[in-house]
Amino acid sequence: MKSLKAQGNILADANYQVDVLEHGKYDACNLVPFQQKMETLGLYPLKPTGMEIFQVNVGKMCNQVCKHCHVDAGPDRKEIMTRETMQLCLDVISNNPALKTVDLTGGAPELNPNFRWFVEEIKKLNRHIINRCNLTIILANKKYYDLPEFFRQYHIEVISSLPFYTQDRTDRQRGEGVFNDSIKALQMLNDVGYGKCDTGLILNLVYNPAGAFLPPAQISLQKEYKEALMKQYGIEFNNLYTITNMPISRYLDYLLTSENYEKYMEKLVTAFNPAAAAGVMCRNTISVGWDGYLYDCDFNQMLDLKVNCHGSHLSQLRVDDLNSREIIIGQHCYGCTAGAGSSCGGATT
Amino acid sequence: MTNSYYDPEDLKKFGAIGEFQKELGDKFFGWYSEVFKDSALSAREKSLIALAVSHAVQCPYCIDAYSSDAFEKGWSESQMMEAVHVAAAIRGGASLVHGVQMMNKVKEIAM
Repeated sequence: MKSLKAQGNILADANYQVDVLEHGKYDACNLVPFQQKMETLGLYPLKPTGMEIFQVNVGKMCNQVCKHCHVDAGPDRKEIMTRETMQLCLDVISNNPALKTVDLTGGAPELNPNFRWFVEEIKKLNRHIINRCNLTIILANKKYYDLPEFFRQYHIEVISSLPFYTQDRTDRQRGEGVFNDSIKALQMLNDVGYGKCDTGLILNLVYNPAGAFLPPAQISLQKEYKEALMKQYGIEFNNLYTITNMPISRYLDYLLTSENYEKYMEKLVTAFNPAAAAGVMCRNTISVGWDGYLYDCDFNQMLDLKVNCHGSHLSQLRVDDLNSREIIIGQHCYGCTAGAGSSCGGATT
Repeated sequence: MTNSYYDPEDLKKFGAIGEFQKELGDKFFGWYSEVFKDSALSAREKSLIALAVSHAVQCPYCIDAYSSDAFEKGWSESQMMEAVHVAAAIRGGASLVHGVQMMNKVKEIAM
């Protein structure tokens, strides 16, 4: 399977995606505008609460081609953050003590040739590092076999997608063979202490719905995951994060081609949760693209909606400007406010 | 008025049945939501039971609702179909067991 971009799919165009989201595929969208919902709660314009998390997309290259990927990542994507741009990130992190957490994402972050150097430099700045590891990268090539040990050495928090604790659902979403490789990778992470009591090595898993529906309750699903993974594979982990699929890129393509788009959007709107609206992650996170541009969140990044303030690139970044900006919202934001809420750290309420 | 007995859009209006009798409607929905909470049985297990019962009572609204709910709660297609077979087996068995009554009656009157 190729990325939408490699296929020449019209949905690879961020502007087209925004148009579909705002007006529906046939200009037939009757959904309440997200802005209107936020206005009724006194949350418009949506303002930051202060930057704490610096999320860096170090490249769109990935060894997997997941059906729901909002990044449209894959082996054919060549966009990779350079060491120079990473240095700009380090300068920003160094100059801003409020940025306590650096969240590395991709693609598969480990495929960036400067990944390990970047981690070492961030650690020198004494920041907490999260790495969004797709698990299978650990087994993709001999040179990655030592990743669990590398993560342990730098005390990196690992967050990994495992859409379900059964092979069928996982492989349907992430590709054939992904479940078995993910299980092996999780066992390797457990072997160095990840997910184990008292090691302090955090291993969190992510659940994404494998279809056009919302995630179930995070706490009860976590219990099921823990029981099933321990019983069948002897695997331990810390927390399960349930994340709602965003109607962006490949998941948007899936919704449109399966004729689930309208129903899914209706579902998101019906499940709008005011408490989740107040706690959306874009209020304390800044998202950095592979080329150094700044976004309110990873989703706005994929829709090419740059931050609405003077400096929209790392080289021009001013924290005061960012902290006083208006966050750009759109119909896709319903994905973060539905049900128990959704963020890169799971449910928000 | 519609010209069909079942309209999928009507499921969305279920919550409005209190419009004609609020007190009983409120009591029903309060009780309903309690029934489906995690308790001695998990909400997940209850969802699969609800799916089977939906087929037994042949309620199209319930089948739509609990097909989605059971799948969302992680039951696989084969597990869901087995639950439907359980409902069908009970319905089939319920008819067939009356065959004993038929046999009894025939034996009573036959020479």
